[in-house]
Amino acid sequence: MTAIPAATTTTHLMTINMGPQHPSTHGVLRLLLELDGEMIIKAVPHIGFLHRGVEKLAEYRTYHQCIPLTDRLDYVAPFSNNLAYALTVEKLLGMEVPERAQHIRVILCELTRISSHLLWLATHALDLGAMTVFFYCFRERETIYDIFEMVSGARMNLSYIRVGGVSRDLPGGFLEKTRNFIAEFPARLNEYETLLTENIIWKKRTVGVGVISAEDAIDYGLSGPSLRGSGVNWDIRKAEPYSSYDKYHFTVPLGKNGDVYDRYLVRIEEMRQSNSIVHQALNILPSGDFIARIPNITLPPKEDVETKMESMIQHFKIIIDGIKPPKGEVYTSIEAPKGELGFYIVSDGSSHPYRLKIRPPSFVNLEALPKMVEGRLLPDVVAVIGSLDIVLGEIDR
Amino acid sequence: MNKEFLVYFIIACVKILLVFGVVQLMIISMIWLERKVMAHMQVRLGPMRVGPHGLLQPIADGIKLLFKEDIIPQKASKLLFILAPIMTVVPALITFAVIPFGDKVKILGYNVDLVITDINVGFLYVFAVSSLGIYGIVMAGWASNNKYSLLGGIRSSAQMISYELTLGLSLIGVVMLTESLSLVDVVNGQAKLWNIVLQPLGFFIYCTSAFAEVNRCPFDLPEAESELVAGYHTEYSSMKFATFFMAEYANMITVSAIAVTFFLGGWHGPFLPPVVWFMLKLSACLFFFIWVRSTYPRLRYDQLMNFGWKFLLPLSLFNILITGFIMILKG
Repeated sequence: MTAIPAATTTTHLMTINMGPQHPSTHGVLRLLLELDGEMIIKAVPHIGFLHRGVEKLAEYRTYHQCIPLTDRLDYVAPFSNNLAYALTVEKLLGMEVPERAQHIRVILCELTRISSHLLWLATHALDLGAMTVFFYCFRERETIYDIFEMVSGARMNLSYIRVGGVSRDLPGGFLEKTRNFIAEFPARLNEYETLLTENIIWKKRTVGVGVISAEDAIDYGLSGPSLRGSGVNWDIRKAEPYSSYDKYHFTVPLGKNGDVYDRYLVRIEEMRQSNSIVHQALNILPSGDFIARIPNITLPPKEDVETKMESMIQHFKIIIDGIKPPKGEVYTSIEAPKGELGFYIVSDGSSHPYRLKIRPPSFVNLEALPKMVEGRLLPDVVAVIGSLDIVLGEIDR
Repeated sequence: MNKEFLVYFIIACVKILLVFGVVQLMIISMIWLERKVMAHMQVRLGPMRVGPHGLLQPIADGIKLLFKEDIIPQKASKLLFILAPIMTVVPALITFAVIPFGDKVKILGYNVDLVITDINVGFLYVFAVSSLGIYGIVMAGWASNNKYSLLGGIRSSAQMISYELTLGLSLIGVVMLTESLSLVDVVNGQAKLWNIVLQPLGFFIYCTSAFAEVNRCPFDLPEAESELVAGYHTEYSSMKFATFFMAEYANMITVSAIAVTFFLGGWHGPFLPPVVWFMLKLSACLFFFIWVRSTYPRLRYDQLMNFGWKFLLPLSLFNILITGFIMILKG
């Protein structure tokens, strides 16, 4: 055997276009991958296939009309989007929200967190070949969506939260149905964990994959479970409590190694904590009004609109003219299921936002993808995309 | 032409047609079974509309695929592209030629062996034929002129070659015990005690390698839809795709039949007729395939290779060593 001289062997990189129709890029993400064999030399995410110009559209709508736009950002967690937007406008107006409304918001946002994490777990496991978990997760998600339907009449684009509170009170049967769900959910969660957590193949696919150190995670601006997986204790619910989150007892699960497996464990534990928050909220849910009654900002009660002339005029004025917050700039962020979701509003005193800027967690988290996958193998890309839990609706806006 | 040869010829033809028909039927029922069993494991119903409990679903699927437009990519290598599915399905089917599915029976005064042909090197035949199937997949991956297909093709060729080795070695223990390469002898040797008792390690290695050999979960990397879209058959449509599909199921049935023959006592069993026992054991093996698929995630390509070469291969060599050692001790 004669050795082949080094000069005659040349290798070519293969450029592969992953997406936007690829099954596991979670929507319409397009990745340009340069491969050496199956090893990734370079990964470049291309986004924008789902761009609808939400920020620009908002400039031509009254503050209330913007709420349905927010549903369509992270469409698997619409309550959180509604809440972040409503909180921002409320801050701009400097108004207080009734207690009952705050707790209702907490219940729904935590249910949203569970449903969003369920969808993440389902698709993440499916990407790694564990098919059955997918259907188990969707079974529970279905129950949550039934609850959402009870509350708001819609299943996906809920638009339930209003500036000043929520659009209507919780319907009869809600408490019972939610109690049933949270009573049985921990057992279901254990069911998923039996299939995955200690599964040797699952661990082989996730442990040590897509590692990002705590410093890097902060430098890249990661937030949410993707940040906490690296061991950084940053949860806006704890750091800057909103909507009376300071009244609840819950722990913020942290990872150690910042790999796909740790992010998995963090999200699983977060679902448990959310379950416990909903449980607490149901117990301390006070009675009272579900929306602040402030003339020229919130709509008057429907009965009054039908019987009183003044209320009807007020209703008409708010619908037609919208609310007119004072001039100013304001930023508020919340802990959405995927990380820090922030809204930045510039108001010129008119009934439309002068500028609405959204800080979507997925958009920022996605930026860390090339760092996590370069030098690793093609199958790791789907594992890492899954563990970042991105939704293209809010990336492209 | 003498009479004896004619009878032999007719019997052989009938057996071939019978086995071929039964295998085809099994493929069809296997498709239905997989969808149904997995559905029930995943808290859903599976096909319900076509026929009672979706029994006719595989036929509906087949008809649908048959009438789909058959697309050959413009830049594909046409000959290889067409040849590939054939190359995969034929070896999967002809392996059955040596698998004994029952004892000798007397029909119209003639002794008939319930095996198409009993070759004295049946063991080698099985492996020679089944390794041909790889060519089909490699050809499909290459001829499609698609990067995903190519990656799928490369993966599967590497995977199947690696695991072919352990698959063969895992059966050596049985061959040593039987002292014959004929599959009929292997089955006859298990009249008293099944080989799974004598060769538990061999059985474990065989099962693991078999999953890799037929590209089934957790080793279904060549067609990992989340990474490689559909792997080597990304560009295939219509009946060519259906042929790949059939080949996968035929392969599953083949490796299950070999498992039954080598480890689970072949057609031996009390009370019921031999053929029934054979079918029962075969169904149990196939059920196991489905069960695993709905339980496990998928391994990564390099992990699969490591597992095969660094763990399974030494283990199967160790198994042969131990078997030989004990045989010498026992005399």
